[in-house]
Amino acid sequence: MHLFTLTAVEAAQALQRREISSVQLVRDIYDRIDNVEPQVRGFISLLSREEALAAAENVDRMLKQGVSLSPLAGIPMALKDNICTNGIPTTCASLILKGYRPPYDAHVTTALREAGAILIGKSNMDEFAMGSSTENSAYHLTCNPWDLQRVPGGSSGGSAALVAAGEVFFALGSDTGGSIRQPASFCGVVGLKPTYGLVSRYGLIAFASSLDQIGPLTRDVQDCAYVLEIIAGHDPRDSTSVSREKERYTAYLGKEIKGQRVALPVECFGEGLEKEIKELVMGALAKCTEVGVSVYEASAPSTAYALPAYYLVAPAEASSNLARYDGIQYGLSIRSGSNLLDLYYATRSKGFGAEVKRRIMLGTYALSSGYYDAYYLKALKMRTLIRQEFESIFKDHDFIVTPTSPTVAFKIGEQKDDPLTMYLNDIYTITANLCGFPAISIPCGFVEGMPVGLQVIGRPFDEGRMLQFCYVLESLLGLKGRLAEMKLKEE
Amino acid sequence: MKISRKEVEHVAALARLAFSPEEVELFTRQFNDILDYINKLNEIDLEDVEPTSHVQPLHTVLREDEAVPGDSALLEAVLREAPETENGFFKVPPVID
Amino acid sequence: MPAAYEVIIGLEVHVELHTTSKMFCACPNRFGAEPNTNTCPVCLGLPGSLPVFNKNALELALRAALALNCRVNRYSRFARKNYFYPDLPKAYQISQYEFPLAAHGQLAVYKNRELLRNVKIERLHLEEDAGKLLHDEGQAYSYVDYNRCGVPLVEIVTGPDLRSPEEARIFLETLRRTLLYTRISDCKMEEGSLRCDANISLRPWGSETLGQKVEIKNMNSFKAVQRGLEYEVKRQAEILDRGGRINQETRRWHEDKGMTDEMRSKEGEQDYRYFPEPDLPPVIVEDSLLTRIGTELPELPLPRYRRLLAEYGLTPYQAEIITGDRDLADFYEETVRIYYEPQKAANWLLGDVLKLFKQFPGAIKQSPFTPLHLAQLLKLVDGEQISGRTAKEVLEESFNSGKMPELIVREKSLGQISESHELEKVVDTVLRENGAAVRDYREGHKKAVTFLMGSVMKATGGKANPQLVIALLEEKLAKIGE
Ligand SMILES: [Mg+2]
Ligand SMILES: [Zn+2]
Repeated sequence: MHLFTLTAVEAAQALQRREISSVQLVRDIYDRIDNVEPQVRGFISLLSREEALAAAENVDRMLKQGVSLSPLAGIPMALKDNICTNGIPTTCASLILKGYRPPYDAHVTTALREAGAILIGKSNMDEFAMGSSTENSAYHLTCNPWDLQRVPGGSSGGSAALVAAGEVFFALGSDTGGSIRQPASFCGVVGLKPTYGLVSRYGLIAFASSLDQIGPLTRDVQDCAYVLEIIAGHDPRDSTSVSREKERYTAYLGKEIKGQRVALPVECFGEGLEKEIKELVMGALAKCTEVGVSVYEASAPSTAYALPAYYLVAPAEASSNLARYDGIQYGLSIRSGSNLLDLYYATRSKGFGAEVKRRIMLGTYALSSGYYDAYYLKALKMRTLIRQEFESIFKDHDFIVTPTSPTVAFKIGEQKDDPLTMYLNDIYTITANLCGFPAISIPCGFVEGMPVGLQVIGRPFDEGRMLQFCYVLESLLGLKGRLAEMKLKEE
Repeated sequence: MKISRKEVEHVAALARLAFSPEEVELFTRQFNDILDYINKLNEIDLEDVEPTSHVQPLHTVLREDEAVPGDSALLEAVLREAPETENGFFKVPPVID
Repeated sequence: MPAAYEVIIGLEVHVELHTTSKMFCACPNRFGAEPNTNTCPVCLGLPGSLPVFNKNALELALRAALALNCRVNRYSRFARKNYFYPDLPKAYQISQYEFPLAAHGQLAVYKNRELLRNVKIERLHLEEDAGKLLHDEGQAYSYVDYNRCGVPLVEIVTGPDLRSPEEARIFLETLRRTLLYTRISDCKMEEGSLRCDANISLRPWGSETLGQKVEIKNMNSFKAVQRGLEYEVKRQAEILDRGGRINQETRRWHEDKGMTDEMRSKEGEQDYRYFPEPDLPPVIVEDSLLTRIGTELPELPLPRYRRLLAEYGLTPYQAEIITGDRDLADFYEETVRIYYEPQKAANWLLGDVLKLFKQFPGAIKQSPFTPLHLAQLLKLVDGEQISGRTAKEVLEESFNSGKMPELIVREKSLGQISESHELEKVVDTVLRENGAAVRDYREGHKKAVTFLMGSVMKATGGKANPQLVIALLEEKLAKIGE
C-alpha cells in the first residue's frame, strides 16, 4: 500500500503507533511527487528531499524518545506561497517577489512547525491570490488532478491540487472571496475558511485585509478539524485575531446532528447554477433529513449585490496593500531609469500581471477622490445589509447551505480573457468573507467525473458544530478522502 | 457612470503603473464592463445604512509599551533582500519632488 | 505705515510622543541610532506584517487632547493615507481621517502676560511617523533610514486664528511648554520631535472672505517659523500690491537663503485615497480611561501661574519664570511646603539656585540638590546661624556634592557666633585694645564704630553675627561715655 493514500490522521495514528516512521512518509510523498508533479505542477517551490528527511528524522527521534508530540507531527504538508516562511522563497506567484525570502515565519508557519508537521514546499496560486483558476500565477499553470485539461480553481489551486493528487497530506490556503473553498470544490477536497479573526493573519501576505483568512485544505473533515486545532487561536501580533479560549474541534466529530436546522437561500439555487450541481446538493441534504436534520428555504435578497460589493472592497484594499511593492526594499527592482518615478513605474508595470493590475486600477479608482462615496462607501453599506440578512437567518437556523461554485472545474484558458465571467465563480462564496462568517466546502458528488462541492456557512466561531455536521454528511455520502486517479509515468 | 481613457490614465498614474495605449484601450473597455456590473449597487437605497468597515465586534486592541531592541540577524537578512544598500541604508535613485 | 493686509495663519503641528516603543511594533522609539537598527518586519512594512497599537501612545495622545482642552471622541479609528515615497515603506501612512481622536480644543496665547488670543484646535489625531530620507543636492542617490518609521505622532491642527508670524511663533512656544509640562513629548525641533507646517493667506482689512492660502513647510526652529512666515507675508503682499494673484501651492522655507520656493502646485496635489485601516479595530475611549487621564494630568502652566500669584503673593515676573518650567515650579512648591517663606524661597531660587541649575547638565529633577537642601539652607540663614555670604558658599558646595547644608556648616565650622556672652568677651577685648578708636567715637566720629566692627569680625574669623556685634558695640560705647 502506498502511504500517500492515507489521510493525515490515519498516517499520524500509524506514526504514533510506530507502525511507520515519518521518514517513510516523507520518502513515499517524494516518490509520489516525482510521479505526478510533472503533470499537476502544484508546487511553486519544493524543499529538497534531504531537508524534509532531516525534519522527519528529528520527529522520529522524538517519538522514539517518547516525547509527546501533536497529532500531526511528522506529517508532510504544503503552504500556499503567500504564507511567509523564514528563509524560504515566498513569492505570491508574482514576478515582483521572485526569489524573495522573508526574514520571518507567519504565525501559522510557526504553529505547524512547532506541531512537528513537515513542510514539503510552497504551493502555486493566482498572483497575490487574485483569481479563481491559478492561471494568474506568473510562473506556471497548475492542472486539476481529476482532469489535467482543467483548472484546479483558485486562488489556492496549488494547495487543493496537491492534496487531491496525494502529493501532501494537507495544505494551507488563504480565502478572500472563496480562494480555499472553490479550489477545494474543483479538486474534490475539504476546504475551510474560518471565522474572520480565528486564525492569525500575521505573516499572510495581504490581498484584502478585511476579508483574508488562512484555512486548511484536507482529504477529509477529520483532517480539517485536526489542522484547524493547530492553527487557530489568539495571536497578539494580529489586532484582528480574536482572544477566546482554544477549542477542541476534534471533540465535535462523531456526535449526531439530529435536530439541526439548515437554511437554503433561494438566491443561491437559481439562474447560473448548473442543474446537476443543484441536484447533487439537494440530494446530499435529502440524506441529512434522514438523520433528523430539517431543511428550510430562506431568502437573503441582498446576496445579489455581494459580488459587486466584493469587487469594490477587495480591489480597494488590494490597491493599498500592493502599493508597497515599489522596488525599494525587496523584490523586483528595475533601476535603469534616472529617477525614483522611473523606478516605480518600471518595477510595478513589469512586476505585476494583468489581473493584479486590473484590480489595483479598480481599487485605486474606487478610493480616489470624488468616487469614494459612490463606490467604496456603498460597498461597505452593502456589507451591513448582507450581514443583517444572514444574521436574521441564523436566528432560527444553524447553518446555511449552498453549492460552493455554480460550475465544476472549467477548461484551462476557457475564462482567461473574460474577467467578469471569472468573477462569477465566487458568487456563492464571497458572502462569508464580506460578513466574516466561517464556511466550509466538502465534496458532495461528481458531474462528468469532476468533483462538486457543497458549502456550509455557519455563525461566527461555530466551526466545531460545522465540522460535526460535515463529518456526518461526509460519511452519509461515502466520499471520504478520495484521491484523484492519476495516470502515472512509466516506472 | 462611465470611465474615460483619460481617467484610466489618471488612475494608472496614481497607482504608479504604466500602460501602452493598447492596454489603456483594453482596460477602459474592461473597466466599463465591470463598473456596469458594480453599478447594480445603485439599485438599492443605502442612504440610512451604516457602513461596515470591520466585521468584528472588536475595538481598542492595545499592546503594552515595551521595547524589544532591533534584531541584527533579521536586519542582515532584510538588507540582503534589498536591491541596493550602502552602510546600512537603503539606496534609492534621487527623489525629485 | 500700517500694513495693507490682514494676515491669516493656521498651523499643522506634528509632535512625536514620548513612548518607549514605536506606535505599532516593539522597536525602541529612540533618536540617533545607527541606520535601520531600530526596525522589524512591522515598521519596515514587510509583506505579511501587521500593526498592533501601543497603549501608551493612546494615553499620551489623550493627555495632549485634554491639555489642549479638546473634546475627545468616544469612537475614533485609523485610516490609511496612501502615497508613494521611499520613506514610507508600506506606501501608506496609518493615520486618522474621518474619526480623529479629538477635536474642538483651544489654547490661550499670551504675550507679556496679556492675552493675545484663544487659538482654536480644530483636531488632534494620531498617526505614525515616516522614515528619514537623506539626500544631498546633486547626488546620484538618496539614502533611507527607517529608524524613525512608526514612531507615534499626534498631529495638531489649529484654526486659521493666528494673525501674525510673531503670534504663530508664540503659539508654538506655548504649545511646546504645554506638551513639555505634561511630559507628552520632548518637543525638540532640532531633532524633529516637533515639526510645524503653516497655512498662510492675506486679505484686505475688513474683508470677510479668506484669501488664497499657501502652505509653508520645512521651518525647523521657532525662529524659522516666524522668519519663514514674515518672508511669505512680504512675498504675498508684493504680489497683491501689483494686482497679482496668489497661487495655491506648497512652498518650502530655506533657512540658509532666507526665502521660500515652490515645492508643488495645485495640479501636483495628492489624492491620498483614505479608507478605514482594516488591520486595526476602532478605538473606543471609555469614560473611565478619560477620567483617569484627566486625574493624572498635571496642572498646566497658565492656571499654575495664576495660583502662584494668589497663593504665594509672587510677582508676575517671578510666577512666570517659575511656572515656565514644570520641574522648576515643582521644586519651588516643594521648597515652600517645607519652608513657608514664599518670597524668600522665590528670591533664592530665581537668583543663585537658578544660575546653578542652568550650569547643571541634567534635568532639575536629577540634580542632587533638592528642595529639602534649599529649605534647610534658608532656615540656617533665618536662624542667623550663617551669614548671607556664607550661605552662598554653602549652596555651591551643597549643589556640587549633594551634602545637606547643616552638615557642611558643621564640618567647616562656618556657624555664626550669636551667643552674646561669647561675643561680649571679644568685644570687650577689642575695646580694650583700641583706645584710640573708642576715643574718636566719643568725640563724635561715629564712623569709628565701623573700624571696631571690622576688628571684631577679624577676631572671630568672620563668623560673628554682624547685627549682634553692632548692638553690643553701641551698648558698650554708650556705657563708656556715661
Ligand atoms: Mg499628518
Ligand atoms: Zn518595528
